[in-house]
Amino acid sequence: MAKRNFVKIEPDECKGCKVCVHACPKECLHIGSDINKIGYQYAKFEDKGCTACGLCFYVCPELGAITVYKNEEEEKEK
Amino acid sequence: MIKHQKPEAFYDTFERKGPGQKTTHYCPGCGHGTVHKLIGEALSDFDIADKAVFLAPVGCGVFIYYYFNSASIQCAHGRAPATGTAIKRVHDDSIVISYQGDGDLGGIGASEIVHAANRGENLTVIFINNAIYGMTGGQMAPTTLLGQKTKTTPFGRDKDIDGMPLRISELLNTMEAPVFIERTTLGTPKGVMNTRKAIRKAIQNQKDKKGFSFVEILAPCPINWKMTPVDARKWLRENLEKFYEVKNFRDKDGEKQSGKYPWMENAELLELLDIVKEKDKQTTRKTIKNGEEKVKIAGFGGQGIMSVGVLLSNCAIKKGMESTWLPSYGPEMRGGTANASVVIAEEQIGTPVVDYPDTLITMTIPALNTFEKNVNPGGLIIVNSSLINRKVQRDDVNVYYVPATELANKVGLTATAAVIMLGIYAQIKGIIDTDILKLILPQSLSKAKYVEINLKAIDAAEEYYKNNPL
Repeated sequence: MAKRNFVKIEPDECKGCKVCVHACPKECLHIGSDINKIGYQYAKFEDKGCTACGLCFYVCPELGAITVYKNEEEEKEK
Repeated sequence: MIKHQKPEAFYDTFERKGPGQKTTHYCPGCGHGTVHKLIGEALSDFDIADKAVFLAPVGCGVFIYYYFNSASIQCAHGRAPATGTAIKRVHDDSIVISYQGDGDLGGIGASEIVHAANRGENLTVIFINNAIYGMTGGQMAPTTLLGQKTKTTPFGRDKDIDGMPLRISELLNTMEAPVFIERTTLGTPKGVMNTRKAIRKAIQNQKDKKGFSFVEILAPCPINWKMTPVDARKWLRENLEKFYEVKNFRDKDGEKQSGKYPWMENAELLELLDIVKEKDKQTTRKTIKNGEEKVKIAGFGGQGIMSVGVLLSNCAIKKGMESTWLPSYGPEMRGGTANASVVIAEEQIGTPVVDYPDTLITMTIPALNTFEKNVNPGGLIIVNSSLINRKVQRDDVNVYYVPATELANKVGLTATAAVIMLGIYAQIKGIIDTDILKLILPQSLSKAKYVEINLKAIDAAEEYYKNNPL
């Protein structure tokens, strides 16, 4: 299984503020059209060369919404 | 591997009202959550979450205790640095983090932060500056920019009416004591990373006992600024950062604080406070009728009303009972009316207020006039007959007349009259006794030279009562 970097977003913890979307230097994040349990359209990850820099994690105002994986097996992404 | 995840310093779920046990109560795009995360990461990395004590402010940040798995205290508005000082002096090894906003720190608590900084208290203060009152709904803050529109400055802040925005970091930087002062911003990802560094440094400083560390963080408040979270960050960069210079003001490597607070062992402290051990309580406890005795001691200021009240309370406590003492007096040091309420009980006391006393000890006519009618039927009134030339009019109470002032003069000090009254009380009621009075009395007097004459007064009271029993 190939190893790569990726970001996992807890759908129900995201408030859709888009701060991570603008922070990501590789533009890996966007706001999806699905609506989560607390009523927001939440951020989604799409790998466009994630370096696991962690900027999205640090700028995100929710404490547990974002987890950043480095060199991790892909299957855990889903 | 996981590179970044929710720091362990946070609770797994947040037991709070409202939806979302995993999310914060903050609005989308709020700066608070980001700062929480940076602090939480530092606490986890330094492995000090167990030692951390958060000072929750008044403001949106008040619910900080829902998130951090650490100790926290909700401070009175603006008083966090004062509370923190107290905690730090008692728990030297704790990591005290004061988390305050611009209203709390820059407005109502401006005095506390200035003095805590000036003393160089070994605290970490995180100051969230979003230039507006968030929780109350967007009113002007001390740090609101000129021209910025808020609920209370609908035409924009005007310096002639509202004054200039307050630069807190610059203000604190005029002082000698602080070791670390930095202003950072959440306006850019880079700013967030610099904020992370500053917070870690400020916490590390406290750990190393270096002294007062202060981090001012320019944070967005998208809701009250009426912008999207992304636009708010842009506005922050273009406006707040222009007025509030983002930079490190001071990073004194500084020597460790050498000041060590005088420390006392628990046993020594208990002995000094004369606290009766639990097992001794049972043996010394005296049964009180109805479980509670309410005493009102009343007279003029200067007669020793308050002092004998304290003395009575202390005697009861020494006996292993519960007791409260509540003074009431006018602004005069001498001559105004004064009364002390003392409650003695076998169990915990509900209120220290005595409206209807079981025993009234009166030194003067006005005192008797005021309180005579309130004494519980079957109660006791002890009257200083040297100064009160009338009789008690009620017939449903016990009355004991004692020429206390006369006796006191015989002993050699007029001021001992109140002690004589208390001695008589002890004789009649038997809740406290002469021995305990004599034991406690030396501790109640500020001047040692009067101890002997007061002890004599207690003897005189005992003698008088023996010859004139009730």
